[in-house]
Amino acid sequence: MKEKKRNYDQDIVGDGINSIQKVLEPASRVSNNTVKYALIGICTLFLLVMLVLPLVVVIVNALKDGWMAYRKAVQDEYTIKALQLTLLATVAAVAINTIFGLFASFLLSKFYFKGRQLLATLIDIPFSISPVIAGLAFILTFGNIGWMGDFLKNHGIKIVFAVPGIILATIFVTFPFVFRELFPVMNAQGKDEEEAAALMGANGFTIFRRITFPHIKWALLYGIILCAARAMGEFGAVSVISGHLRGKTNTLPLHVEILYNEFNTTEAFAVSSILVILAVLILIAKNFVEWKKK
Amino acid sequence: MYVEMKQINKTFDGFHASNNVSFGVERGYLAALLGPSGSGKTTILRMIAGLDKPDSGDILINGTKVNDMPGSKRGIGFVFQNYALFRYMTVADNIAFGLEVQKKSKTEIKNRVEELLQLISMEELGSRYPHQLSGGQRQRVAFARALAPNPQLLLLDEPFAAIDAKVRRELRVWLKGMIEMVGITSIFVTHDQEEAMEVADTVIITNQGNVEQIGTPEEICMHPQTDFVADFIDATRCEAMVAAR
Repeated sequence: MKEKKRNYDQDIVGDGINSIQKVLEPASRVSNNTVKYALIGICTLFLLVMLVLPLVVVIVNALKDGWMAYRKAVQDEYTIKALQLTLLATVAAVAINTIFGLFASFLLSKFYFKGRQLLATLIDIPFSISPVIAGLAFILTFGNIGWMGDFLKNHGIKIVFAVPGIILATIFVTFPFVFRELFPVMNAQGKDEEEAAALMGANGFTIFRRITFPHIKWALLYGIILCAARAMGEFGAVSVISGHLRGKTNTLPLHVEILYNEFNTTEAFAVSSILVILAVLILIAKNFVEWKKK
Repeated sequence: MYVEMKQINKTFDGFHASNNVSFGVERGYLAALLGPSGSGKTTILRMIAGLDKPDSGDILINGTKVNDMPGSKRGIGFVFQNYALFRYMTVADNIAFGLEVQKKSKTEIKNRVEELLQLISMEELGSRYPHQLSGGQRQRVAFARALAPNPQLLLLDEPFAAIDAKVRRELRVWLKGMIEMVGITSIFVTHDQEEAMEVADTVIITNQGNVEQIGTPEEICMHPQTDFVADFIDATRCEAMVAAR
């Protein structure tokens, strides 16, 4: 059988942040195969134990008491309310962070000013700060005893232990995702094309629509997908700020925790399966975008 | 003088990019800004285009002070170093862009695009995308795109830098012929003295933010006025370069 010739210059993994760009030419063929299969084995085993098995456990446990019990758990009033709240927080966070991410990456890639680096670092804070601390910070800022507590109370605005707080916390945690995807792409593009268009008299909106957007659209969609995935699963910050009011400030992950703590294992897993299904849908969308980006 | 720079100063983070720069370019002339890299020639070009603002001094185009006028109102065409063609638009759309922005009528745009495609001998390639073109073709498209809105002044930043040495000479002759045919006042930036000597009517030599000498290629070659110019210009090849015009 003829050995298939391999192009060692091709890209093997997409061009996301943690991608391996090139297939390296193997140094020696003999040791190469052993190493390759050993590595494949380790990776597969690791993924099976760490990812696949737990997901299978979720599905199996969700269906343990039969299909009817599963349906009942999923159609429970509080579950639906939690799902609605999760989707609301996700949509709000994605919308706001998309707009913010666009502005921030446009600013940082097309303009040079003092403190540019500092600003880029600030945007990354949510990556390095624990979500629980973020939630606490919001309580201390917007809560009754917080800095803005009196002002908010006098104006009848409720943020902490209410839906606005949950949305705020979700936004905070998913803050850098769109920016992080867009910035390298916009930075690599340079600003020559925009300058050329501006010199011809195009206004900012035309330049964005016809020059910048076609270049960034797949990266933007990719960032939105990552942002949505993270927003849906957020637990820490939301948990602190929500107050766990069933049917009011409970998101899906919080609802799962409550059910589990009340020893409603089957229900907890059934509700979890909704999140798993959403995650799989997002994964499919993400792969489609990666494939399309090429 | 069609373009005049008067006592222009410009610093970037303490780096003097322009130091009391003054010079003029007459209407219909083709001028070269020649100097080593980092000598401030591109900064001068960008200030004329309105892409950068001088810290002090005046820029005059056709007798009007344009310091505070946006680049798009200055009646200039700009050819970027790497051409900066709009990569998601076809050749025809690239050329049409400036006219569309000016809200010209569809038929007017169509006619102008056809006329320019003919001028650059690329009638058949209007529906191609920039990445499907050779370096020389890209340069021609960039030239046509800059000319589309009928500017009075053409600015070119290192127009031959991205082109193979082999075809560079050919393109040089082509571009000079085109500029003469269109009759547009032009200023181009280059670090290649051969290019400047062969193509330009006027050569402006820059060094460390200063203008060292302004003159015809012959004057620069035969009578260098500063030590820098005498050193920078390759005297042994000078005659050949001037003769090649």
